[in-house]
Order: sequence, then structure tokens, then C-alpha cells
Amino acid sequence: MDNRPALAARAVAVVGNPNTGKTTLFNALTGLKQRTGNFPGCTVEKKTGRIQLENNTVEAIDLPGTYSLAAVSLDELVVPEVLLGVREGVEPVGGILVVADASTLHRNLYLVTQLMELGRPMVMALNMMDLALERGLEIDIETLSRRLGFPVVPTHAGKAEGLAELRLELRRLMDGRIKPPKPELFRDFYDRITRFADEEAGDRRLPLPPALVFRALFDESGFAAQHLGEWFGEDFRTRLMQLRRELEAEHGKLIELEARERYTWVRELLDKVIRKPEHKIVTRSERIDKFLTHKVWGVLTLFVVMTVLFQTIYAWAGPLMDGIEGLIGALGGAVGSLLPEGMLRSLVVDGIVAGVGAVLVFLPQILLLFLFIAVLEDFGYMARAAFLMDRIFSKVGLSGKSLIPLLSSFACAIPGIMATRTIPHPRDRFTTILVAPLMSCSARLPVYVIMIAAFIPQKQVLGIFGLQGLTLLGMYLVGVVVAVPTAWILKKTLLKGETPPFLMELPSYKRPNPRTVGIRVYQSGMAFVTRAGTVILAVTVVVWAMAYFPRSGEIEDNYAALRIEAEAQHMMARAGLLESFDPQLAPLSLERMERVLKENPQLAVLNDDKPPVSGDPALQALYADWRQLDAGYQEKLAELDSRESGDYLRDSYLGRMGQVMEPLVVPLGWDWRIGMATIASFPAREIIIATLGVIFNLGADMDEESVELKQALKTAVGADGNKLFSIPVALSIMVFFALCAQCAATLATIRKETDSWRWPVLSFTYMTSLAYLAAFGVFHLTTALGWG
Amino acid sequence: MTLNTLSPGQSCRVKSVRGSGPTYQRLLEMGLIPDTEVQVVRLAPMGDPMEVQLHGYYLSLRKNEAAMVEIENG
Repeated sequence: MDNRPALAARAVAVVGNPNTGKTTLFNALTGLKQRTGNFPGCTVEKKTGRIQLENNTVEAIDLPGTYSLAAVSLDELVVPEVLLGVREGVEPVGGILVVADASTLHRNLYLVTQLMELGRPMVMALNMMDLALERGLEIDIETLSRRLGFPVVPTHAGKAEGLAELRLELRRLMDGRIKPPKPELFRDFYDRITRFADEEAGDRRLPLPPALVFRALFDESGFAAQHLGEWFGEDFRTRLMQLRRELEAEHGKLIELEARERYTWVRELLDKVIRKPEHKIVTRSERIDKFLTHKVWGVLTLFVVMTVLFQTIYAWAGPLMDGIEGLIGALGGAVGSLLPEGMLRSLVVDGIVAGVGAVLVFLPQILLLFLFIAVLEDFGYMARAAFLMDRIFSKVGLSGKSLIPLLSSFACAIPGIMATRTIPHPRDRFTTILVAPLMSCSARLPVYVIMIAAFIPQKQVLGIFGLQGLTLLGMYLVGVVVAVPTAWILKKTLLKGETPPFLMELPSYKRPNPRTVGIRVYQSGMAFVTRAGTVILAVTVVVWAMAYFPRSGEIEDNYAALRIEAEAQHMMARAGLLESFDPQLAPLSLERMERVLKENPQLAVLNDDKPPVSGDPALQALYADWRQLDAGYQEKLAELDSRESGDYLRDSYLGRMGQVMEPLVVPLGWDWRIGMATIASFPAREIIIATLGVIFNLGADMDEESVELKQALKTAVGADGNKLFSIPVALSIMVFFALCAQCAATLATIRKETDSWRWPVLSFTYMTSLAYLAAFGVFHLTTALGWG
Repeated sequence: MTLNTLSPGQSCRVKSVRGSGPTYQRLLEMGLIPDTEVQVVRLAPMGDPMEVQLHGYYLSLRKNEAAMVEIENG
């Protein structure tokens, strides 16, 4: 046993079962000043904050909710290792605040008995006292505390009840006035383990806490043993397994022994501590559950909830996103007007401001989705949704927990991927992250819309379905149809492993706590902006630079000359108009024309926006012609601008890349222009529309509704003189965009959520390969069918 | 008899948990130890997973996991 004297607490770890209100309590104790990140070397979220005590503060670490110190996955080793102070990069813990649910105390105490063996001073917050009351449970807290050997404080975190008392006990803990509990269980085991650990540790200066060796001996998953093996070598592990076999020979299956001993101890401990009502009370939660998990009503409710959730992020986030885009556009315009024309202005407006916009535009969806998830989770509904839908997902090796992330990804994969944090098992989580971007998100819609409007005929199929609508539906189905075997294959190969247990508590429903919800929403937004945001911004700037440079002077000179020529023609035409109005004015030089226009009161009206009021028909005619001439000139200038941007883009590194890569995209029915627009849309799929606008000399302000762009696409001619686009080409582009990973923000989010470049690289590679093969197949199949 | 064969409303007593590995361990840790009283509350719409009540709380588990739990009536 670890019998070190009580340490003055350096940091307090907050531990407990899931659904005990642990996070709400943590938030209530620490306030808004929290830091979030990952524990080093894994994807488990680490939250720290400071608890204000009477006249000083103590650092608090919120550990993920767990039912046991045994680790079913490698990530779950975080809890015992942090508590034992052997987790690299995490400050040692001086004390434990364990949060227990008073209404399910029996099961909660299982973890408590394990914690009592860690040799750390402890305080228990007995939370959810209101639920215990509703169930008619009477708990003798004084006796409970005496039998456990450490302070127990009844709390109701949602209403901030009991917090003052809790702070008082934490203060005592910090001052070293609370001694570590004296565990009564497994004394013989710990004696043997301590001897073994002392021998093994020997003069090696590595810490080998007995409680970790205990887990390595008892756990069926073998993760603790594996981890210790990494530190102490294979020989050590062999001796460990030898000890395990000895113990099993004496006691039978160790894990069964552990569960039986602990639960027996808990039963004895709770004897006369909890008084149950004589008749079972049907709680409000049970009545709600009768409806929400009902075979018909429950499924219908789930359907409604999912529809509202989908509607929220798909449609209701729209105006907010438009608002942000508008603001960013206005900001770009304002900043742009302050800067001189040239590289700096382009960098700021098209690179930086556009990049920041590309990050911020996702915020409404992320915040709204997390508002939804936080409310549903705090209410207790998420577990029910997973319960109802688990069967479907279990067929591809996932669980019901993948429902929300995958459904959200139809609006946008970024909030969807962030929502996979609610999936407890890493392999399930990674599989979901890898297939989530296959769901057709809202950024693909513009690509579908313009291609369908331009190339899919408005025909009826079977009398009732429009062909255009069916094509759109088909695009949405492509992703799902591909995702099913992809998930199945991933779970059979790369993410292969024993099916994780799907044992899930269905917690009591409770009123969502606004503060818990608010903090969750705020933290998810911040996490995206600060961590994924930097990558997105960088990618946007890099692609901007590729499309901007090398800026040939030749093109600039060429267009400067063309503009001067256009102006000269315009002036001559103006002079012609004036001369035919009043032959006496001829011949008009440029200077003379300016003077005439200034000094002749009759002609001053030509600069007005309104036609002349006087009845002189000749002047009225002149005015009309003059205006028409002006409009034509402006059009000519705009056309020159568009052609110039087109020339620059064709000459840019991006354009050259497109031309070099043309052989790669020809099998898809594309030419280099489509290939280049696809590369340019790496930051975000919808950029392809603006890029096509520039490349077909229409300017960048094209959207999917633009009649000009549709016309340009329809009439575009390839190198061979034939039409560039056809139905097979349009389908090939759409299928490619349905399956590709052309979204820097998604890849940046995957990088952030998995804490490794491996997964985003894998996502990009497999999705791009799939997209290429599918586009190739669709193009050749439909061409063979004669749809060209 | 095993837990997965029961219908909603039926109760039983746990005799033992068979098998090995993480699922086996988690079943025990969640309190499915010998002599525990378990009641089946309901089945999910597609018949799987099932919801049971034990130790005063509600637990969802898949049928193939429930099949690891040996039970006796009463």
C-alpha cells in the first residue's frame, strides 16, 4: 500500500461516473476561467480551472467520467495514470474530489473503492440529492462519511447548493488536514504487489505505483500491462504475467473476484445508510422514458428531434452565415479601399480577410449544433437516441452514438466531427470521423445546383419525379452508399479490434443547466477558432499566393494598352455624338470637348442622372445616346478586368499546375481548367464556382444562380473544338465533389480532434482516390450509355 | 438461461457472467455480479439493445452482451 503522508494538495482531480453532474459541479466551482486541451499523447480532453477557496485557490483537473479505473481503451488509462502522478506532462495530483450520484450510489461506490486505494486524500460530493429525494431514498450522510473515512458533502450542483461546505472541505484537503483513506479491500494482494513492485523498481528511478500494477494484473484488456511493459521492458511484463497466473491459480478469475469483493463491501457499507421506500416510486424520469423510448412514439420523437437539429444547422444557420459573409465582405471592401491597388491589397482582401472569413463562417453551425447537443446531453436524451438507433449502426460495427455526428455532417462535417467527442470508444470515434466527410454537406450544394441547372434536362421520370431533383437526391445518396462499406472495411482492417462493450447507462432526465450548456458551446467555438482556424487561414493564404503569382508584367502592360485604346475610342464616340448634335462644335479635340461640356449650360445635363426636363427632342436624344455610350464603355472596362483576371489566373502557378496536371484529369472528361478550379477549391468546395467564373472571364463574383456562368459553361469549348461540358462531364464533376475531401477546414478539424496528421492525410488520400475512381467510372459509363 | 432470453417486465437473479475480455469485465463492473436482481425494462424498437434495471439504475446492453449473463428466475 502507498502509505506516503498526506501531501498538501498541489492540484485536485475531479473524478466520477458519467452522468453524475460532475461537469456542472466543476463549472460551478471554477467559473468561466477554464483551459481546455488534450492530455499529452491522446485525444482525451483535459479541462483545468482554479477553485477559489477562502483566501487562496487550488488548481482543479476535470477527468473524463468513468465507471472504473480499469481501461477498456488505451485512452482510458489517463484517469488512473493522472491520479497516480505517472502521466507524462501532467502535474501530480495531491487530492481527489470524487463526485457521486446520490440516486445510484451503490454503483457509484464501485469506483470510489478503487480510488480509495490510490493513497490520495479524498472528499466526496454527493450530488443529485434532489433525484435521491424523488426516489424516496434517505441517506445517512454522517454514517456514510464515517464508514468511508473521508468527508462527504451533499450537493445539488445545478442550484449551487452545498458548494460553500465543499470549498471548506477542499480547503482542509489542501492544508493536509485530510488523511488518505485506509482501504480494507485486497490487503494481501497489495502486500504482494508492493513487494513485487519494490523488487522491480529496484534502483531504477521510475515510479511503479502498486495501484497501477494492480490494474495491470486484473484488467482483461491488458492496456495497463502493455503500458507498463513499454516503460519497464518485456522481461518485466513476462514476470507480471507470471504473477498474474499465480494469483489466478489461487483465486480464480481476478476480475470476477474484484467485482464481487468490491460490490460486497459496498453492500455492507450501505447497510442502514440508505433507506429505500417500502413501495417503489415511479419517478418522473421513468414516465418520460415510457414515451421517449416507446417503439412508435419514441422513434417519431427522435425523427422530429433530428429534423429540427438538421434544420437548425442546415437552414437556420444560413442567415447567420450570410450575415458573417456579408460582414467579412464589407470588411474586405473597407480595408481594400484604404490600400492601393496591388499585391498588398490582394493579400489582405483575397488572402487574409477571406481566410478569416472562411474560418468564422462555420461558427454559426458549430455553435448551434453544440447548443443542441449540450441541451440534449444534459437533459439525458443522447443516451436514448443511441439506444433507439444502435441496431442500425451495429451492422457496420459502429454504435448508436454515431447517429448525431453523422447526421450533423449532412449540414457540415466540421461540427459533425467535433460531435464525435460524445463517442467513448476511440476506434468507433475514428471510424466515424473518417466517414463523416462523405455525408453530402451544404458546401457541395452550390456545385450540384449549377451543374444540374446547366446540364441535366428538365424532364419528368415516371411521370412524377423531376430528373433534376432525382439527380440531386442521387448525389446525397452517393455519400451514404459509399460510407457504409467504408465504415465496415475500416472496422475490419485499420481500426480492427474487439467490439467495445456497448454498456450504457440511461441516466435520469434532468433540466439542462444553462451554465453547463453555455460553457460547452463557448468552448467548442473557441476550440475550433483557435486550433482549426490557424490551419484554415494558412491554407487560404497559400492558395491565394498560388493563384496570384507570378503576376507577369506583360499581362499588365497589355491590358493597360487595351484600356487606353478603349478610352480613346470612347472619347471619339462622344465627340461624334456632340458634333451631330451641334455641327458648329466640330472639330472637337479632347481639351475642347471638356471645356464645351463644362461651359455650355445646355450640355451640363449630360452629367446628370436624370434626363433633361426641357422639351427639346434633340437634347433628349443626345442624352439617351450619351448614356448608352457610357454604359457600353463601362461594360467594356469590366470585360477587360475579367479577361485580365482570367489571364493572370491562367498564367499563375495554379494555372500552370492545372495545365501540367491535365493528363490526370482527362480520363474524367475534364480539361485543365476544370482541374485547376478543383485544385483551387481545396480550401473549400464552393470556391470552384468563383474560380470557374474567373477562368471563363466572367469575374469572381459568380454564384450558383448566375445565368452568365451557366451560359458560359454550356458554350465552353474544349481544345478539340467540341463542347467542353456534357452530361457525363457534369456528372463526373458532381460525383467527384460528392466524394472528395476538398475542404481544408474539415481536414484541419480532423487534425485537431485526433491530435495527429495521420488521420487527415488518410482522409484526404482515401477520399480523393475514391472520388477519382467514381468520377472516372461515372464518366465512362454514362458516355457508353450515349448520354453525351 | 441467459439474460437476453427474457422479455420486458421479467425479473431474474444473476448466476454468473461467462466469457472474457473487456465486455466481460465491464459487465461485472457495472454490477452484474452473482445474486444481483435484474429486471428487463424494454427492448429498443428493432429488438436490440435491451434496457435493464439493476442496483436502482438503468442500463442498456446489446443482446449478445446480455447472452454472457447466466441467470436464474426469482
